[in-house]
Amino acid sequence: MAETRAETKVKRAPAAPPGHAPAALSPADGSRPGIPPETLSGIPIEPLYTEKDLPEDLDHRMMPPGEFPYLRGLHPGMYRARLWTMRQFAGYGSAAHTNERFHYLLGHGMTGLSTAFDMPTLMGYDADHPMSLGEVGREGVAVSTLDDMEILFHGIPLDQVTTSMTINAPAIILLAMYVAVAEKNGIPPDKLGGTVQADMLKEFIAQKEWIIPPRPSVKICVDMIEWCAEHMPKWNSISISGYHIREAGATAAQELAFTLADGIGYVEECVKRGMDVDVFAPRLSFFWDVHNDFFEEIAKFRAGRKIWAEVMRDRFHAKNPRSLMLRTHAQTAGVSLTAQQPLNNVARVAIQALAAVLGGTQSLHTNSMDETLALPTEEAATVALRTQQIIAYETGVTATPDPLGGSYFVEALTAEIEKEALGYIRRIDEMGGIVVAVEKGYPQKEIADSAYRFQQQVERGERVIVGVNKFQAENEEITIPVLKIDPEIERGQIDRVRAVRARRPKERHAQAMSALRDACMSTKNLMPFVLDAVRAEATLGEICDVFREAYGVYREPAVF
Amino acid sequence: MARKIRVLVGKAGLDGHDRGAKVVASAMRDAGFEVIYTGLHQTPEMIVQAAVQEDVDAVALSILSGAHMTLFPRVLELMREKGLKDVLLTGGGIIPKEDMEALRKQGVGDLFGPGTTTGAIIDYVRGWVAKHRAPAGAAGAAPARTGTSR
Repeated sequence: MAETRAETKVKRAPAAPPGHAPAALSPADGSRPGIPPETLSGIPIEPLYTEKDLPEDLDHRMMPPGEFPYLRGLHPGMYRARLWTMRQFAGYGSAAHTNERFHYLLGHGMTGLSTAFDMPTLMGYDADHPMSLGEVGREGVAVSTLDDMEILFHGIPLDQVTTSMTINAPAIILLAMYVAVAEKNGIPPDKLGGTVQADMLKEFIAQKEWIIPPRPSVKICVDMIEWCAEHMPKWNSISISGYHIREAGATAAQELAFTLADGIGYVEECVKRGMDVDVFAPRLSFFWDVHNDFFEEIAKFRAGRKIWAEVMRDRFHAKNPRSLMLRTHAQTAGVSLTAQQPLNNVARVAIQALAAVLGGTQSLHTNSMDETLALPTEEAATVALRTQQIIAYETGVTATPDPLGGSYFVEALTAEIEKEALGYIRRIDEMGGIVVAVEKGYPQKEIADSAYRFQQQVERGERVIVGVNKFQAENEEITIPVLKIDPEIERGQIDRVRAVRARRPKERHAQAMSALRDACMSTKNLMPFVLDAVRAEATLGEICDVFREAYGVYREPAVF
Repeated sequence: MARKIRVLVGKAGLDGHDRGAKVVASAMRDAGFEVIYTGLHQTPEMIVQAAVQEDVDAVALSILSGAHMTLFPRVLELMREKGLKDVLLTGGGIIPKEDMEALRKQGVGDLFGPGTTTGAIIDYVRGWVAKHRAPAGAAGAAPARTGTSR
């Protein structure tokens, strides 16, 4: 391996002739206006990259895919052996509506399910709670009861598909409901494959969908990780997410750093509980954003795998190779899409998706062009899925793993992002870990500052957004079709949750709730108690109310 | 002395998307406004109560959850109940154009969608406040010259 590369170095073309390209492109010489010679995240870009820019430990970095530190990919053949999972996030209206969309997408070649829940569900309120007013079924599917969950997955063979559920604060309840629905269909938990997002640290940092304070929230995350390690060997017990951190305004390096710091935080808590790192770590998964800066994004995916592998080996002494592998889902950057000239978003999504594939993702969601306006229509969602299929089957980029490996620029950028991310991780360690940093509002403030800086650059015209601050259409009327959510859905959902409360066996429900209440006062793993409550048809809101009483409700300091 | 323009930037409902609200709040602060940010997960009642207590010139709501057709009318209704007549209700988020127009007809001010510059929002609030604070004759004053009547 090392020998081959040494040979390559000798053979490489000499740097550009003096006075040629580098001089013409140097900033002092006036690069093209509006295109600053730096990445989207502000990493300066040299006029030309040569052998001199390659990192010194290149041999270590260039180990083949499937070998430590996995910079070039997790598996030897990568997409030659197996394509990524095309997993389109879907959910709106009632459980029956979303079930229909699931069947439609599976019928069109999607290979994994991904569930979007509505705001009341995400925040732990039943549809008939006053806080749910006007929000039921709007941004995702409404699930208040086990009955809703059964309708949501009706007719889908749960032992044959994998299901991702984007749910965090009430994740333990939705996981329990999924297990209970499978149970009713005769499928044991160890046959279930999928992911529950369940990453509360990034909620406090970025997405802001919380119920109880950070420490008990992390405790419940660890309960799930522990329970899954024992009962659900094919299930990803957490999806440690950079996506929301990036969407909230973080740079690529901040996304990497805060997410990996979250991961370190969870592993520390699990180890403190006495769990063997090699038992749970193989089921930890990650979730990256894929933004517009093509090479920076590819570099981010590569740097992330290396940092995680080294952290798991050196800090946590993991021995199982699967514990070292950063397996990731990716989604194109919603924040990069524009309401203006929405068809342009198809091009943005295609380029971002290509970056995720060149970065070596395990699974991918491509956004629909209309998502800055509303949830996607069926047609827009289909184009998004087709975009992945075009990359997979027409472009040829799947033929060899890590095709950009060894590129002067990509390797230099990978090393630079790694260095910047490690700097943040060190600062967080010095603060006493990620939970303390979050309580102090450190990542939150860093992200808000980056978001404001970016907006200022856009308004000064230093950042071009096609169709928004350059190449605008005059008197543009947006004419693409937009998905409308029927307000009747809220009414129907309220009736359904009330009907369940009225008809369920009262005594069994009361017993399960009382046992759950007691368990919250102890250090016991809550998963068996939540599972019992769900089997007794306790609603999502009722279980979350138990958490609210036991642990209190989190209020963030309102700073900007 | 001209009183600074006071704006309440609010996040109503369950929606946690606060990037836009924070960016707009920062830009308004840098433009010389006094900005009160409510933080997340406020009810319409909490927002209007804060608007009364803080004696603001404008309430700017950020809603990206699709609940705008419920939340804007409710906040407006409560503002009227509390006698906040010369206070602007504006805002932004993922709001389709026809919904913006329907809300305008009910008495909500301009609403801003994705891609809006913070400058456009600031100019609008300045212009509105100048018009509504000034005596009738000064109503046409340039938006940039605010508060000259006080």
